[in-house]
Amino acid sequence: MRLFVNVTLGGIAEGLIFASVALGLVLIFRATNIINFAQGAMAMLTTFIAFSVLGRGVGYWPAFVVALACGLLLGGAVQLVLVRPVENKPPLNAVIVTFGLLILLEGIAGAIWGNTNRSFPAPFSERGLVVGKTSIAFSHFDVFIVVAVLVLAGLIGALFRFSTLGLRMRAAAFAPEAARLLGIRVGRLLTLGWALAAVAGALAGVLVAPTSVFSPSYMDLILVYAFTAAVLGGLDSPVGALVGGLVTGLVLAYVGGYLGGALEPIGALVLLIVVLMIRPEGLFARPTARRV
Amino acid sequence: MIKLPPLPAWARLPRQPLLRHLLFAVVGGVFFYLLTQSLSDFNDFEIGELAVYAIAIAGLSLLTGVNGQISLGQGAFVAVGAYTLAELQVHQPMNLVLELLAATAMTAVVGLVIAVPATRLHGPYLAGMTLLFALALPFLSDKYSNFFGGDQGLTVPPPSAPGSIDPQKWLTWIQLFCALVVMVLLANLLSSRFGRSFRAVRDDEVAASLAGVHVARTKVIAFVVSSACAGLAGGLLALSSGVVNTGEFPLSLSIFILAGMVLGGSGTIFGAWWGAVVVVYLPSQWSQSLASTFHFNHLLSANFAVIAFGAILVVVMLVAPSGIQGGFRWLGQHLVTLSTRPEPTGNISVALQHTTEPDQTGDSSAAEQLPSSGGR
Repeated sequence: MRLFVNVTLGGIAEGLIFASVALGLVLIFRATNIINFAQGAMAMLTTFIAFSVLGRGVGYWPAFVVALACGLLLGGAVQLVLVRPVENKPPLNAVIVTFGLLILLEGIAGAIWGNTNRSFPAPFSERGLVVGKTSIAFSHFDVFIVVAVLVLAGLIGALFRFSTLGLRMRAAAFAPEAARLLGIRVGRLLTLGWALAAVAGALAGVLVAPTSVFSPSYMDLILVYAFTAAVLGGLDSPVGALVGGLVTGLVLAYVGGYLGGALEPIGALVLLIVVLMIRPEGLFARPTARRV
Repeated sequence: MIKLPPLPAWARLPRQPLLRHLLFAVVGGVFFYLLTQSLSDFNDFEIGELAVYAIAIAGLSLLTGVNGQISLGQGAFVAVGAYTLAELQVHQPMNLVLELLAATAMTAVVGLVIAVPATRLHGPYLAGMTLLFALALPFLSDKYSNFFGGDQGLTVPPPSAPGSIDPQKWLTWIQLFCALVVMVLLANLLSSRFGRSFRAVRDDEVAASLAGVHVARTKVIAFVVSSACAGLAGGLLALSSGVVNTGEFPLSLSIFILAGMVLGGSGTIFGAWWGAVVVVYLPSQWSQSLASTFHFNHLLSANFAVIAFGAILVVVMLVAPSGIQGGFRWLGQHLVTLSTRPEPTGNISVALQHTTEPDQTGDSSAAEQLPSSGGR
């Protein structure tokens, strides 16, 4: 029972991290029909930049802000320079470009910071909280993960739902031609969308780094888990990304807790296969029609 | 205007695809035989690797360039083939031909398991799923290290050469022979009914299904063929590396294969060879000579190949999506047009002759651009 509770709590914290990356994937996919395979690598790069800033001795929070700000800039820059030229090309071109960017960023990070495993600090204690008299596998840092991801998701949700800018972004994603006719600068909003998605990724990068080995490839598995979560949630639903992230985190935590951590990636593969076999459109996808 | 005389009948390429492809294979075989005779053992080893990578790249090229799907985890299928051959040699040694066939068949079955759920849908599902597969597979061999040999892996003795033939040359010839056979088979497949359905599905799924093509089945067939190619490449790779362990098949292997395909020109058989040249020589010889010329520090030289292949993927896709073979083709067409440019009065028959000439690889549309897979 105690194992079950601990595994569940761990799964929730991990699942929210997946949800954060998945949210970025979904924001981009909804707007441009592109899966950004570099989402994890971009987060890796911003986290390494924060790591260098930390090395200057400025404290955790400035470095945290630097990571998110770099995410914003990097996301926008990637969209402008690399993605815009392939936007109206066949979808495979975009897959290859973002995958190439994944490799390129990992190589560059390896050339600057080395491929060795480092450790990234956490702002709060990673020791388990004490409830009653027993300590549970849920630390102050896990609380921070939950709060940070929920706040970010809430902010992004509020932006889309309650602000004019969000309404424009939704219009640009939903019907670019009509939005353009109404005077909306669709191209700029797509750049902004990529920038926001990269912020969600950068947050995940900073949150994952203290709990795992920290090397240029540390986001690879997180990216594919987040992809699984996004597919589970329906690929174009932000709420689906959150729920999908939680479900994926819990399933992988149970697989890891009861069958062994080495089977987690296999568990994700099986989960993805099962989802695609049973409910291929995901849990929260909006219905689509294909035109000839 | 200079009028070129038509070639005599014996000097033209045969019209039947099989004969034409066999002719190319024989010419290629003679070329490589002479090449290996004149090279040292180490160069022979690299020629063998070249043939192996050409097989894997050609398989991916069929999937991506001709059928419009993509696999980011081709290296994992290479690993499946290599482990299959190694396990067979450990537990049930048999004829090398049968072992290679078994490695190919086993990988095709694994490819089927991946493809059936992912190809039912339109979109990036296959890409994400193959990436997950490539990242997950090494964990399986860690978990069951007794069976897969753990970090040390399984040893694969090189095949014994008949008579007094040098073992390295014999292995290289086996690899080259397999590569040429695969190329002939793939080229024939592409000019058959299957090849036409592959292209139809790539260009427009809805139109293809209206024309009676079973879209999902066609996608699965293309994926199985491409993973079978990767499996055969894995079996052959195991023979030349002598040992099979997880370190031999990192994610970068998948990246190298994909980058070789993109650079060579996706959807073309010849392009696979150009890509294979880059995949074999860039990480070793070229990056070493660059590193010593420009005095890279050790971090940069350790990561140089990865950076180069990442840059290749991004830059080629943005600047010249049809790759090297596409460039050659453009150059060839350009030169032909220049040399036979009609006078201002115009001579339509000359222009018509080019367009109706049979294409050498039996695939005219793929090199020009990457697929536009159907409406969404």
